[in-house]
Amino acid sequence: MVTTKDYTSDVPIAWCPGCGNFGILQAVKKALVDLNLEPQSVLFVSGIGQAPKLPHYTKGNVFNGLHGRTLPAATGAKIANHNLTVIGIDGDGGAYGEGVQHLLAASRRNVNLTYLVHNNQVYGLTKGQASPTSDLGFVTKTTPLGAGLPLNPLMLALASDVSFLARGFSGDIDHLAGLIKAGITHKGFALIDILQPCVSFNHVNTFAWYKQRVYKVEVDYNPADKAAALLKAQEWGDRIPIGIIFKQERPVYEDSLPQLKDMPLVKQPIEPTKIEALLEEF
Amino acid sequence: MAVDFNIMVGGEAGQGVQSVGAILSKAFARGGLHVFADQDYESRVRGGHNFFRIRAKTDGLPAISLELDMLVALNKETVDLHVNELKAGGVIIYDAEQTKITTEGAGYFDVPFVRLAQETVQNKLMSNTVAVGAALGLIDYDFNLLSVVLEQEFARHGEKSVKDNITTARAGYDFAREKGKAFTTPKIHPQKDSKRRLLLNGNEALSLGAMAAGCKFVAGYPMTPSSPILEYIADKGRQYGVVMMHVEDEISAMNMAVGAGYTGVRSMVATSGGGFALMVEGLALAGMTETPVVVVLGQRPGPATGLPTRTEQAELFFALHAGHGEFPRALFAPTNTADAFYTTVKAFYLAEKYQTPVLILTDHHLASSYATVDPFDLTKVEIDRGALLSDAEVKNLTDYKRHAVTASGVSPRALPGQGKALVVTDSDEHDEAGHMIEDAATRNQQVEKRLRKLNGLKREITPPEFHQVDGAETTLLGWGSTYGAIREAAALLEQDGKPVNTLHFSQIWPFPSDVVSAALKKAKKNIVVEGNATGQLAQLIRRETGQSVDGTILKYDGRPFSPHEIIDRLKTEVKTW
Repeated sequence: MVTTKDYTSDVPIAWCPGCGNFGILQAVKKALVDLNLEPQSVLFVSGIGQAPKLPHYTKGNVFNGLHGRTLPAATGAKIANHNLTVIGIDGDGGAYGEGVQHLLAASRRNVNLTYLVHNNQVYGLTKGQASPTSDLGFVTKTTPLGAGLPLNPLMLALASDVSFLARGFSGDIDHLAGLIKAGITHKGFALIDILQPCVSFNHVNTFAWYKQRVYKVEVDYNPADKAAALLKAQEWGDRIPIGIIFKQERPVYEDSLPQLKDMPLVKQPIEPTKIEALLEEF
Repeated sequence: MAVDFNIMVGGEAGQGVQSVGAILSKAFARGGLHVFADQDYESRVRGGHNFFRIRAKTDGLPAISLELDMLVALNKETVDLHVNELKAGGVIIYDAEQTKITTEGAGYFDVPFVRLAQETVQNKLMSNTVAVGAALGLIDYDFNLLSVVLEQEFARHGEKSVKDNITTARAGYDFAREKGKAFTTPKIHPQKDSKRRLLLNGNEALSLGAMAAGCKFVAGYPMTPSSPILEYIADKGRQYGVVMMHVEDEISAMNMAVGAGYTGVRSMVATSGGGFALMVEGLALAGMTETPVVVVLGQRPGPATGLPTRTEQAELFFALHAGHGEFPRALFAPTNTADAFYTTVKAFYLAEKYQTPVLILTDHHLASSYATVDPFDLTKVEIDRGALLSDAEVKNLTDYKRHAVTASGVSPRALPGQGKALVVTDSDEHDEAGHMIEDAATRNQQVEKRLRKLNGLKREITPPEFHQVDGAETTLLGWGSTYGAIREAAALLEQDGKPVNTLHFSQIWPFPSDVVSAALKKAKKNIVVEGNATGQLAQLIRRETGQSVDGTILKYDGRPFSPHEIIDRLKTEVKTW
């Protein structure tokens, strides 16, 4: 049996006290323990920012790559060894700014990955600039006239026909752990947008701000209903829904590859003479 | 008798220039002749002017000739543009009814391609096959060889297609034999000891090299001249266990290949300069995370979009210096089609042995030109995965350190999911275990560890090929695809009593300074011949050896060097030669 101890790391944590990331870290550990996944079967792929440091603070295989390029690296890794449970971790800057094209492509492609986006509506690591999800008019050092219109990542993912879409809150760890478990067990690409406060740089969207607004989607809400999901995804302001927003079964990319049918690519032997027949074609 | 027969097929894009050229090339290759065929086309789908230039010879240097024995003109423009390239006694084969070419006289041979196709098989679309037949009929070539090629080419379209193609080819062949008696075109006969050779282009050779080397993952975004690599592997990979992903952009392609490489499969990207520009950050990521990856950079003229369908060698410095920060790499530039295969095999080996990126610089000329080569010996492709740990070694390995500091700089490599070892790496500077650090001592250790791998890489490099000739006072230096043209220029100069040495690089980095330095001292004049405007190899030689060369012959018009151009420019541009 896997326990929380298996996911305990002794690497010192570099986050600010009170950061929403602590709650998310706890939820990730809880989900993995509940799923009884051993750390060596898990691969965390992350980019650059405060959120992407998360893999160092737990246990697992870690590929901490470039800002915004988490999904490509995670995709390459998953295709190379589809037996791994691959979890991508980014902030709103990497996921919705620098690497947003990869989010659209990954949603459409539907490789079996889980992507956690810590969304605090501000850049933390570079010290307080506006992010793609900052509120309209949010004044920072790079946006003295106020940030422009925020991007709605949920709508973007739905437009790309994402197969699993959820939103969580770092202040509700059990609920978030449930979403992460659902995302990991879902067959296909799962995007989980996680609202979290930034105690150092976002004094508008604070813990209390989120806490007052988030509500769990109604018990009779049907996440298979895309029309309903499109409405749900647009709710923002006084009331912000958390929970599974949309879920559908779509063909998984790697299932379409005959090359992966018998075993993962990484387990397949290298046999140069195998291509002898191809030489005959020239 | 030595054969050196040059034939060009020209027409608009969409007229079938490429397929006529390919069939002729194959017919020559099947007759035991060495073939070198280059393609010239514009960045458009229809219209414009395209040509396919074939050289059939008894020896195998891959170089173009600008003097034609025969021109197969599918339109009038082809004649206007190339009539001056015909040798004395050369012939133009054309269809007067279709091309409205009215010039007649010596050297013009009107063959009704369309009418013959219509009369024999009631299908005008087979007119190009008539042209092929006529071209080979005029030189008395063995029709059976053409017949065999047509059978192979059209088998997938069914028996009728094969039969009709052979019938129309025969009609053109017989027509030329009967009506073309007056032409003095040389007669070309198959070689008696005809040996089976492969006829393929640089992209195909490189793709086969990658597959033989066990490449299992390729990601890319189409870009001339490298798209055919992606297409070939996408097609054949389904059966041979290679996944090729056509992805959203080159940034993604590179990061995917690095992700796959980290996970333990041999992986590759293939692109051109513009795409490589987008991959550069990912290249540094491979350097930092010590991930093996092979990068194919097929050069075309730049900057920016440049001349998309033409050739240049202007990215030597770009490939050598691409990536922020300092990390080890190897840089190869295959000299010919066979070298493209074997060099690619070596690139995968070194990438994995030294856990770092290896770049292969090709160019449009090498990538898209066809050449005959001896069949690749797959039994000689050895697979050595370097410091990769076995499953047994990793099974119960705890406390694994992905970036352990070693004397060679190469760390024992476990793969994620292979056993109990957790494989941790980071694009941030990291400690031996792969976790982010800030302290100076660890930083120094890791920088030095990574760069120590260059010492090993240096020993792996095959030095440039040095051909020394008695009495030569000049050495011609080059790199990559100019090999054939430079070697043939040297052979011609030797015949003329003005011998030159040649020094040609296939493996450029780590730079073989000692060998080059010694070679430079063997001649009074060292002249670099390269396809760019600033003399990048000449600059690199000076930087790495402290010795300057005596002159450069540079070319940046997007066209390949011919041996004669090198000789002419040596005489006119290089003072005191």
